[in-house]
Amino acid sequence: MVFIIRRLLQAVLVALVMSVLVFAGVFAIGNPADILIDPEATQAERLRLIQQLGLDRPLYEQYFIFLGNLLQGDFGTSFVFNRPALHIIFERMPATLELAFAAIFIAVVIGIPLGLWAGLRPNAVSSKAIMAGSILGFSLPNFWQGIMLILLFSVTLGWLPVTGRGPVGEFLGMRSSLFTLEGLRHIALPAFNLAVGLLALVIRLTRAGTLEVMPQDFIRFARAKGLRERRIIFIHLLRNILIPVVTVVGMSFGGLIAFAVVTETIFAWPGMGKLIIDSINVLDRPIIVAYLMVIVVVFITLNLIVDILYSIIDPRIRLEEAGQ
Amino acid sequence: MSALLEIADLQTHFLAERGAVKAVDGVSFKVNRGEVLAVVGESGSGKSVTGLSVMGLIGKPGKIVGGSMRFQGQDLSALSPEAMRQLRGNRIAMIFQDPMMTLNPVLRVDTQMIETLRAHRKISRKDAWTICRDALARVGIPAPDERMRSYPHQFSGGMRQRVAIAIALLNDPDLLIADEPTTALDVTIQAQILALVQGLVAERGMGVMWVTHDLSVVAGFADRVVVMYAGEVVEEGPVDRVISRPAHPYTLGLIGSVPSRNKRGAPLMQIPGSTPSPVNRGTACRFKPRCRFARAKCEDHPPLIESATGASRCWFHEEVALESREPA
Ligand SMILES: Nc1ncnc2c1ncn2[C@@H]1O[C@H](COP(=O)(O)OP(=O)(O)O)[C@@H](O)[C@H]1O
Ligand SMILES: [Mg+2]
Repeated sequence: MVFIIRRLLQAVLVALVMSVLVFAGVFAIGNPADILIDPEATQAERLRLIQQLGLDRPLYEQYFIFLGNLLQGDFGTSFVFNRPALHIIFERMPATLELAFAAIFIAVVIGIPLGLWAGLRPNAVSSKAIMAGSILGFSLPNFWQGIMLILLFSVTLGWLPVTGRGPVGEFLGMRSSLFTLEGLRHIALPAFNLAVGLLALVIRLTRAGTLEVMPQDFIRFARAKGLRERRIIFIHLLRNILIPVVTVVGMSFGGLIAFAVVTETIFAWPGMGKLIIDSINVLDRPIIVAYLMVIVVVFITLNLIVDILYSIIDPRIRLEEAGQ
Repeated sequence: MSALLEIADLQTHFLAERGAVKAVDGVSFKVNRGEVLAVVGESGSGKSVTGLSVMGLIGKPGKIVGGSMRFQGQDLSALSPEAMRQLRGNRIAMIFQDPMMTLNPVLRVDTQMIETLRAHRKISRKDAWTICRDALARVGIPAPDERMRSYPHQFSGGMRQRVAIAIALLNDPDLLIADEPTTALDVTIQAQILALVQGLVAERGMGVMWVTHDLSVVAGFADRVVVMYAGEVVEEGPVDRVISRPAHPYTLGLIGSVPSRNKRGAPLMQIPGSTPSPVNRGTACRFKPRCRFARAKCEDHPPLIESATGASRCWFHEEVALESREPA
């Protein structure tokens, strides 16, 4: 319990520090007045608008107004859409989240078995092919991989649609394109494109973990007990490997959402990534700030969840905490 | 009736680029029912590899290249992997040196015990739990109900080895192979574990192959001793005879290097030199370079020479035995 409360306090502190950095950083990008205000406008009109947006006040004052609003759940109004920034982001969020979840699913469901295979037979040709593939996945530019995926599966083979999000289905009150067949056909390529980096990482982590754990005495003792190979691999080995894998997958979630910018642009996926690129182009400051704060909160929450999951999987961590 | 375990001319090699490492190079011995056989020898002499060969746990690049192993008359090398698995942890159990490392750090003790039962027979989780709890109590673990739910790191080294022993004995094996199970423990804990195993052996009448590099452990505990050197058996016999009247210069050296058996103040004897390379050991007696009895005859590799009280792989075993009887 103490462990969870301390982590929560840390999280709040980090969020506060990040809000300062985000605000200062975004302020440095440029003056939105230059873009928002019609160059033909009179000086008086200009001043009125600047005052209305609060851009004439000192920076720290703008920050405290911003922070005060934040605490009330008000992330400002988009200069462009003239609607609450948070609403606009939340409208776009499900598309990005489903993309990220689909990517994680692909990375884990394909990555762990491939990593196990490569780790259990490190000298087999198939294992070397898996590792070579993971290096390619890691090092070739993501946008190029995306374009190749479209070329191969959509243009040449014609199996999957080229771009966009499919129809949205409803399941248990959640609305997502994952719940329709056509939606799944649409998400397959972008999700795989987004997953490639993480997939390569999961394969390498699982393989490295397997190579490290299999020669250990407790595996030999498990064999000496007469356990079946299945149980040795999926319980004794996997439980030990899962710790780093869960950590990496959890921590990479935020990164996936950020990286979705590239994938969403290539596949014209209507998520937050595409929104933020558009907003940066027109210096729509409230959207940018709100987006960044949402990302910060996502990162911090994930950190917290990973820490807690970690302590469930690895009993030694709980003990260390208790011993402090 | 045939012996419980009968190993004949066992050869287990590790195939490396520079040639085969002949870890076990023609080992023969027997373990009878209800008997504790100590296998003694300095580190690297092939004791662990012998035990693992019996268990069918030699992995690549290791390979059993010759000899035979019979367990209750059954040829182990003829068994399918699945039949061998059914034997492991059931009829033949094994415990290892480092109790820190033999239990899985992320699984609870009850999980690691119950799975051992369920790998070999159909039994409900609840019944298995009760059996396992009782097994913990029998090896002297206090508050076993609570300890079932603990993780290995919550036990001391000695307690962990007790858990490992409890697990090994869960299925009431006919043979226990113990690979230096007390080497990593304090002397007092070591004595407790020895007493515990001695009690359990007497109670169940199982055979034990007790591997150690420490001759001082053997007296009063084992019935017979097999001394291994450079991948082969160099001496074999009843424990009292081997300790009081060793018939191989290597055994003589081992006994001389045990502090407690020396007179107070007398210098500790040491065996000069080191073990020959396990890749190429030549055709001479393997102990010759380190032996003070060595002479021309020792250019020929001696066979295991049987006598009324065991066997010795030394051309001059009578002379060695005679010397060892004289007061130092
Ligand atoms: N996996 C392995 N690969 C190569 N050589 C090995 C392996 N395991 C053991 N050996 C070799 O086999 C020999 C005997 O080892 P071991 O049976 O462990 O000795 P002991 O248990 O008597 O100390 C040693 O020379 C060791 O280097
Ligand atoms: Mg050993």
